[in-house]
Amino acid sequence: MKKSKVFWGYAVLALVIYAVVQVLISTNILDIYYQNMLITICINIMLAVSLHIVIGITGQFSIGHAGFLAVGAYISAIITTKLMLPFPLAIFLGALAAAVAGLIVGIPTLRLKGDYLAIATLGFAEIIRIIFLNTDYVGGAAGMQVEYLSNWTYAFIGVVLTILVISNFTNSRHGRACISIREDEIAADAMGINTTYYKVVAFAIGSFFAGLAGAIFAHNFYIIQPTTFGFLKSFDILIYVVLGGLGSLSGSVIAAIFLTVISAYLANFPETRMIIYSLVLIVVMLYRPTGLMGTKEVTDLFKFGRKGGTK
Amino acid sequence: MEWIQQLVNGISLGSIYALIALGYTMVYGIIKLINFAHGDVFMIGSFIGFYAIAKWELGFFPALLLAMTVCAIFGVLIERIAYKRLRNATRIAALITAIGVSLLIEYTTIFFRGAQPAAYPEVIKSKSFDVFGVQISSTSILILSVAIVLMILLQFIVHKTKIGKAMRAVSHDADAARLMGINVDNTISATFAIGSALAGAAGVIFGVYYTKIDPLMGVIPGVKAFIAAVLGGIGIIPGAVVGGMLLGVVESLVSALGFSLWRDAAAFVILILILIFRPSGIFGKNAREKV
Repeated sequence: MKKSKVFWGYAVLALVIYAVVQVLISTNILDIYYQNMLITICINIMLAVSLHIVIGITGQFSIGHAGFLAVGAYISAIITTKLMLPFPLAIFLGALAAAVAGLIVGIPTLRLKGDYLAIATLGFAEIIRIIFLNTDYVGGAAGMQVEYLSNWTYAFIGVVLTILVISNFTNSRHGRACISIREDEIAADAMGINTTYYKVVAFAIGSFFAGLAGAIFAHNFYIIQPTTFGFLKSFDILIYVVLGGLGSLSGSVIAAIFLTVISAYLANFPETRMIIYSLVLIVVMLYRPTGLMGTKEVTDLFKFGRKGGTK
Repeated sequence: MEWIQQLVNGISLGSIYALIALGYTMVYGIIKLINFAHGDVFMIGSFIGFYAIAKWELGFFPALLLAMTVCAIFGVLIERIAYKRLRNATRIAALITAIGVSLLIEYTTIFFRGAQPAAYPEVIKSKSFDVFGVQISSTSILILSVAIVLMILLQFIVHKTKIGKAMRAVSHDADAARLMGINVDNTISATFAIGSALAGAAGVIFGVYYTKIDPLMGVIPGVKAFIAAVLGGIGIIPGAVVGGMLLGVVESLVSALGFSLWRDAAAFVILILILIFRPSGIFGKNAREKV
């Protein structure tokens, strides 16, 4: 009973946010610059949350997330511009292709641990990028023309869907299995959890939503190029998750919003932006290695009065 | 003859990878950290060499020594400021810090001098020797001889000197070494100093060989040198040399077959294959994980 009330509470909140922004857009209070920023924020939230399930929940250190973003972007762009199919289908197929890529990458590499996994995922992301770079069908290094089809509605639905699926997954039996892998893989294995299975599932879900973000990302600009999806993009996404807190969904969302807004204001000084980013990474890791929120969620902060015994 | 030519090119490139890989392998062997900033120390070395030769008009060898010294100090500073606090932190925290340090060095360099590339001056007269129909340029000979001398020197330091003995002890078991009266902090600093000096030297000879350097040049050679270290068995010094050479030769052959755009992908494919089938590398022994 309580749970469904909470669910409807969030549903109403989401609808209110959507309606308010939609009204602001249709009355032209938010001009094209702010609309674009909102869509970028949505894309970054999706990316942060989809990486959060891999790093924060399952504890698998993947630094090649931009590769799945690239798969989603390119596949969806091919579907809309070359095959002339509708945009929603392109989003779905782009995400599905990224999930398949996630499975292909995940099954062999997830046997590795820690640093080795990190460097292997980085390698896979680079291989994906180099494949797109050398495929003339998608324009090679020059990039691919894409129609502008994204709008606030698509981006917002994407965010809601990502958060809904990933938070439900986290709170399910499967999610708890993933958390146990994060805490101690050997102990989890000894308790009878099929660690490989859960790691691959989390990886595939993460890639699926990265692909979803990629589809919206591709159709938010007029052109996509392989250089966009390099190391730096992966590190950007990593910074959202790390700063927000390794294991906190709301933390990654807040960090994604905060850093996107900051980098929009620093757009004219890209070097300064990266210096600030890297200093933030170093300082956070040295003084608060779990990230700003740790594994807490925002909702935990409002529960002072009713410690224990909530039914 | 074409193939032998590619082999020669591959060995020149491979010796640069090998020099960088030595630093990775030594640092990883001693504190189990992938020092992502190592590629950027290589970049700094290259720029020091550039300024020494082009602006202050030093010769090649003084420039090389200067770059090595500055990089050694720089490596120790990085270790003392950023990594020392993380000795007992989680692996993820250490790796993220290393990525952060790497980005910081790159973008601070861009902030101060801009991202545009610089052209390296010519240090020795470029002459080609014809050995049985294979063209060997004087720069390749210079690179190879510098690399070999440095590797012999490293082998001497690690096996014959006191600090080398301390390094081997710490990499074997840091706690036991501490009980035996070895100053672990100083040993780790010395490891960073030697590894960074080698990266600095690699930076200078990279500049001489490719004649073009820029602030982001460290990223790809850095990752590839790490691949070379893994290929040879990370933590094993001869492994890094063999891995670097092998990687250089494979890349040259891939280019020679007409797939030059796929060169970087080839390196990553090698990495993934070696990680999946033989994670301890060519020279590594399989160690069972302790529970």
